[in-house]
Amino acid sequence: MSERRIDPVTGTETTGHQWDGIEELNNPLPRWWLWTFYATVAFSLVYVVLYPAIPLLRTATGGVLGWSTRGDVAQKIAAANAGQAEMRELLVSTDLAMLDRDDALSSFASNAGAAVFRTNCSQCHGSGAAGAVGYPNLLDDVWLWGGTIDDIAYTVRHGIRNEDDPDARWSEMPAFGQILEDEEIATLVAHVQSLPGGQDPLAGPGGELFDMNCSACHGTDATGDRTIGAPNLTDAIWLYDNSTERLTDLISNGPFGVMPAWGMRLSEAEVRAVAAYVHGLGGGEAPEAPAPDAGDMPE
Amino acid sequence: MTNDKIPPSDQDPKVTQPGDGGIPNELPHHRKLIDKHAILERNATLLLVASFLVVTIGGIVEIAPLFWLENTIEEVEGVRPYSPLELAGRDVYLREGCYVCHSQMIRPMRDEVERYGHYSLAAESMYDHPFQWGSKRTGPDLARVGGRYSDEWHVDHFTDPQSVVPESVMPKYDYLARTRIDGTHIDETLATHRLVGVPYTDEMIAEARADFRVQVDPFGDTDGLLERYPGAQVRNFDGTDDLTEMDALIAYLQMLGTLVDFSTFTADASR
Repeated sequence: MSERRIDPVTGTETTGHQWDGIEELNNPLPRWWLWTFYATVAFSLVYVVLYPAIPLLRTATGGVLGWSTRGDVAQKIAAANAGQAEMRELLVSTDLAMLDRDDALSSFASNAGAAVFRTNCSQCHGSGAAGAVGYPNLLDDVWLWGGTIDDIAYTVRHGIRNEDDPDARWSEMPAFGQILEDEEIATLVAHVQSLPGGQDPLAGPGGELFDMNCSACHGTDATGDRTIGAPNLTDAIWLYDNSTERLTDLISNGPFGVMPAWGMRLSEAEVRAVAAYVHGLGGGEAPEAPAPDAGDMPE
Repeated sequence: MTNDKIPPSDQDPKVTQPGDGGIPNELPHHRKLIDKHAILERNATLLLVASFLVVTIGGIVEIAPLFWLENTIEEVEGVRPYSPLELAGRDVYLREGCYVCHSQMIRPMRDEVERYGHYSLAAESMYDHPFQWGSKRTGPDLARVGGRYSDEWHVDHFTDPQSVVPESVMPKYDYLARTRIDGTHIDETLATHRLVGVPYTDEMIAEARADFRVQVDPFGDTDGLLERYPGAQVRNFDGTDDLTEMDALIAYLQMLGTLVDFSTFTADASR
């Protein structure tokens, strides 16, 4: 059964196994394969010495290079930050209202801001910043809380109606479902729908209800109030939409749009960069007066 | 069994015999220990036993150290077991198969850290049974989704994901907001998790149903809840009057990755 011999035709030894007279040649492994194998063994020995490899009881061998995944990522981030450090510091120390006077800084800010926006803002405001129902469109020149670059930076930094930041922009429209009768709300809905068409906000029975319930915040001319985020009702731009069902729901239950306080997650440079990006999308407003000095409070 | 017209090879003068030298093969012919493999190969039971032995050695080297290595068992301040409502939300997460498209593991790489936040620590999933690290990201990683979006956004997004993210391929989960839950068995869920090692106390289990309901009631008495589960967020998550699966799921998502305060905690870089 197990008889090795030299195969006369090839001159190669057989394995000695025989099945019904059929035998197998014991060819050696291809040399290229064998040497590759030896090379991987050698590589692994070097690797084990250089890098963390063998688990011990409480820890693992650290490797003579002192490399660690955590150290590596910290170093890469530090290196990337160091490359931008100069521009970031300049951005943080520059008055945002003056940003457009420095082309290089302005370009840096809007590009960095675009990256911040795609990562953090696009889920609500859309990857193209056109917003969604309930989430403002940032491309137009309609602003709930103000459209100067400082206003935008404040909104990004502190957010809107969140409970994490005491400086968050805050206002709360009452749920008029508990205050008004259903018919009154229906009248009010029809009235609000007619406002963009040039209807006098105080005219008719709807106007009377508007005057008593809505004008304190939205103004007697219904153009809103940015200090409390009350939208202008005379333009044809709707944060939600102007369907009867939607307006009835909004007036009955009160909208309560929340934006997180990004100052708690992003660096100051990132907040300023994304403000510059949003300001530059098309609807950004010029500062009301030449800003005397840097300050993050809105006008 | 051999063909008798062919002489046995050991009697064939043309055949070189083993051990007589001159065979052009690199391998020596009589290697005593190596040749013993025939014993294993001809005895199935012995082969099985030996296979288990090999696998056991592999397991001891690769798995066992995880129970002692300091970086896999380090405790980090702030990490606590899930509150009853969060745990129920986590069960909804599992039931709906969210893990099929979403991972909960931020790897220590620059691109991930800059997009999602600080890389995940082992301690942050120490009370997950089973863990939700995942390996597939059709959607984004959710390890630090807590606080990133408003509750209203989550409701809109679950109801109709494309209404806020037009390019999303996520299915609708609008029925979660219509599915009421009352936490009848939540204490048993906690007890089950205690069975596998989550340190729920008797008090936590006794108060589980009350804690479950009070977490969606901003006007309720939440002192006990907050003492048992520091940092638990209390509010009406889904904006409806009912306590629904949407409440539980959003409560779970809004706490993900928020327990460790990275302004005070610095991960040991050597690990």
